[in-house]
Amino acid sequence: MAEIVTTAVIEAPPRRFAKTLRALLAQPKVVWGGGFILFLIALALLAPFIAPHDPLAQDLMSGTLPPIGFAEHDVHFILGTDDLGRDVLSRLIYGTRVALTVAFVAAILAAVFGTLLGLLAGYYGGVTDTIVSRLIEIWMAFPPVLLSILVVAIMGSGVTSVIAAIAIIDWTRFARVVRAETMAQAQADYVTAARTLGFSRLAILFREILPNVAPVLLALLTLEMGIAVIVEAILSFVGLSVSSDTPTWGGMIAQGRQIIYQAWWVFAAPLAALFATVLAFNQLGDGLRRALDPVMQR
Amino acid sequence: MRNNLIDARGVVVAYGAPRAAFGKRLPPKPVLHGVDLTIGRGETVGIVGESGSGKTTLGRALLGLVQPTSGSIHFDGQEITGLLEAAMRPLRRRMQMIFQDPMSSLNPRRAIRHILIDPLLLHGLARSRTEAETRVRGVLDRVGLPLAALDRYPHELSGGQRQRVGIARAVVLEPDFVLADEIVSGLDVSTQAQVLQLLGQLKREMNLSMAFISHDLSVVRAVCDRVYVLSGGRVVEEGACERVFSAPQDPYTRTLIDAIPLPVIDPAWLERRSQG
Amino acid sequence: MSAPLLSISHLVAVSRRDGKPLLRDVSLDIARGEVHGLVGESGAGKSTIAKAILGILPHGISISGGSIALEGEDLLTFDAATLRARLGPAVSLIPQDPLTALNPGRRIEAQLTDGLRLWKGMTAKQARERALQLLEEVQMREPARVMRAYPHELSGGMRQRVLIAAAFALEPKLVIADEPTTALDVTVQKQILRLIRTMQERHGTGVVFVTHDLGVVAQICDRATLLYMGKVMEQGSVRDLLDRPRHAYTKALMEACPRYDQPGRGLAPVPEAVFAACRAEIAAFDRAEAGHA
Repeated sequence: MAEIVTTAVIEAPPRRFAKTLRALLAQPKVVWGGGFILFLIALALLAPFIAPHDPLAQDLMSGTLPPIGFAEHDVHFILGTDDLGRDVLSRLIYGTRVALTVAFVAAILAAVFGTLLGLLAGYYGGVTDTIVSRLIEIWMAFPPVLLSILVVAIMGSGVTSVIAAIAIIDWTRFARVVRAETMAQAQADYVTAARTLGFSRLAILFREILPNVAPVLLALLTLEMGIAVIVEAILSFVGLSVSSDTPTWGGMIAQGRQIIYQAWWVFAAPLAALFATVLAFNQLGDGLRRALDPVMQR
Repeated sequence: MRNNLIDARGVVVAYGAPRAAFGKRLPPKPVLHGVDLTIGRGETVGIVGESGSGKTTLGRALLGLVQPTSGSIHFDGQEITGLLEAAMRPLRRRMQMIFQDPMSSLNPRRAIRHILIDPLLLHGLARSRTEAETRVRGVLDRVGLPLAALDRYPHELSGGQRQRVGIARAVVLEPDFVLADEIVSGLDVSTQAQVLQLLGQLKREMNLSMAFISHDLSVVRAVCDRVYVLSGGRVVEEGACERVFSAPQDPYTRTLIDAIPLPVIDPAWLERRSQG
Repeated sequence: MSAPLLSISHLVAVSRRDGKPLLRDVSLDIARGEVHGLVGESGAGKSTIAKAILGILPHGISISGGSIALEGEDLLTFDAATLRARLGPAVSLIPQDPLTALNPGRRIEAQLTDGLRLWKGMTAKQARERALQLLEEVQMREPARVMRAYPHELSGGMRQRVLIAAAFALEPKLVIADEPTTALDVTVQKQILRLIRTMQERHGTGVVFVTHDLGVVAQICDRATLLYMGKVMEQGSVRDLLDRPRHAYTKALMEACPRYDQPGRGLAPVPEAVFAACRAEIAAFDRAEAGHA
């Protein structure tokens, strides 16, 4: 259409935050995935108030009771008990704490470290890129399981070492994606324009390029959270995570595996929780990516 | 020559030096083979050529965005070839650029307000955000954009409005020299005329020197005082527009001019083959 | 005077999403062997018309009225299969971007012989020989080598020649050239324009030439239709259009075109009054249409 400045309309100011929120909420994946995660966060924070029982309290008289709806259940134990009489539901709820702590902290640590290296490699290129790329390749050649066992063996078991292990292994995921996206953005004219205006290279990297890398980063972050939850479960399954007292989903799965014929629910409940959580993170990430891209492409 | 704002001599730019497996040095591919160019104060110089002529590279070299392999470029008497970024920074304020595609030359995640205010603050031309905002409003008015544009993001504006933002950004620092790199290619005739008219106004108001890169000779004829014709990284002809277009000396220039279809019935045009 | 090759009558197209009219009562006739220019700025509707003729309108655009008659048969009444059968050998396209129009993964030979084998029933050998002839006809140097090449090994001008060869391969009655020289250097553009004219004259093909460049229209078209916002503003022989423009829009557009032989031009934008008049004309038309509906 012929461009006519005097009559070309610039639309009325949208409330940008409200608009972004609406775009996000329009994605069902964001609503369901994000909603579930928020629900889990609430559970984790309010665990002491919500959990019907003390997760550590053993009651050998009430051992291996099935969940409600099955024969010989006890209404006090909605999801039944394990062989030591501990309430499955309460342990599940408290297990959310470990799962989410690991998910958020580990993912963010991996993201920060990986993004930093990815940005530098992608923008400065040359020697920096060669070093970072080689580092990534070598790092990814290590079998991740062995590496995490090594880290936990050195640091001792516990949430901190689990978080460290995940961050140390998975930063490469972020570095590769961010490096590629940075290289693509660095070709754009707006970067050249910033150079022409006299901005320093570092300023350009963080003020111009990083905001454009953010959408990809965000989606990857939620994906990483799902992965972190699973890795934590694996580590606690093999007994390398927190002490066996603190309830973790992985630990519950390990215990449940041993008594699976007597009390299958001890195995099934945390598995279901794990599945639902990872699914929620993946959906959230997928929805975020979709919601954030069209804003730019419109 | 002290009188010229820009003085480029023997500029050679070659890409692709040592980057081969096992240390084998590939010969660098030269894009510019020793180009001489001058731009006087207040002058508008056209740089024309077809694809692969090196005109874009020449423009970037003039702005110090590409380092020549040999040769020198002087800006207002000061040599800019080989200057480090820190030393370049104060000079950057005085030489700006307008890009061909405003969609990719404006950061999609920054509001127009920030795009225009940040350079002012960087170079200390405004001491506070308020002062910067006032100056930016003035510039918006000059380029014919409404104040409402300040709160928008680039994708919320039309193509013509984005191009005006690009022009606004180039002049907000009140530079001495502006490089216009194919800024009207791909625009409709009516939009093109508006942009050229705006450019002419700003040029006169601010006494700008300009380099106008284009493959479209008719546009160059309309806006430029002098013109350089590039082919294969070399200047094949140079001179006042009036002279070059009415009496081109170089065969390539003649071919180039002859290839332009004019909106007049000329039955011989299609068959006429220029030697060159 | 024989019947027109292509006859578009009162064509109306609207956007499916918001009902906005994209083509407003467009009518034009193209005689056999005529080169007809579809001129206008971006958004004027020229590509829409070209796509409508070829039956490749995007899903978001629907034709709500009018007819497109090729040798008397209304293309809009055909189902997909019949349309393909009719159009395949009779109408071809020279697209805008030679780079994306060729399949990067197949050799030129394959892309040239596809149509010949499909529509003319040639064997591979026959098709290959014909393709070689065509490449010679479009003045391609070393046609045998080009046949074996992949698209990325050729220059832009060479690729466009291949596409022109492909367009004329089936001896179509009508060729639609959709801004075929926009992506090319100006010296190459002249060669391609010359080639299209030569091929067109030799084969007696009608050409619909979509362009925004009035200079190109002047040099290669016999007649032209000038569009604005989907409505025909002026139509007629190119000589009349250039020497004796009647509509204010036509005149203003020509004034706004820079010309290297007239330095003063190109700096005065089309006056707002002209656009306002055009828009008023279109608004009146829309009202009249609504009144009839």
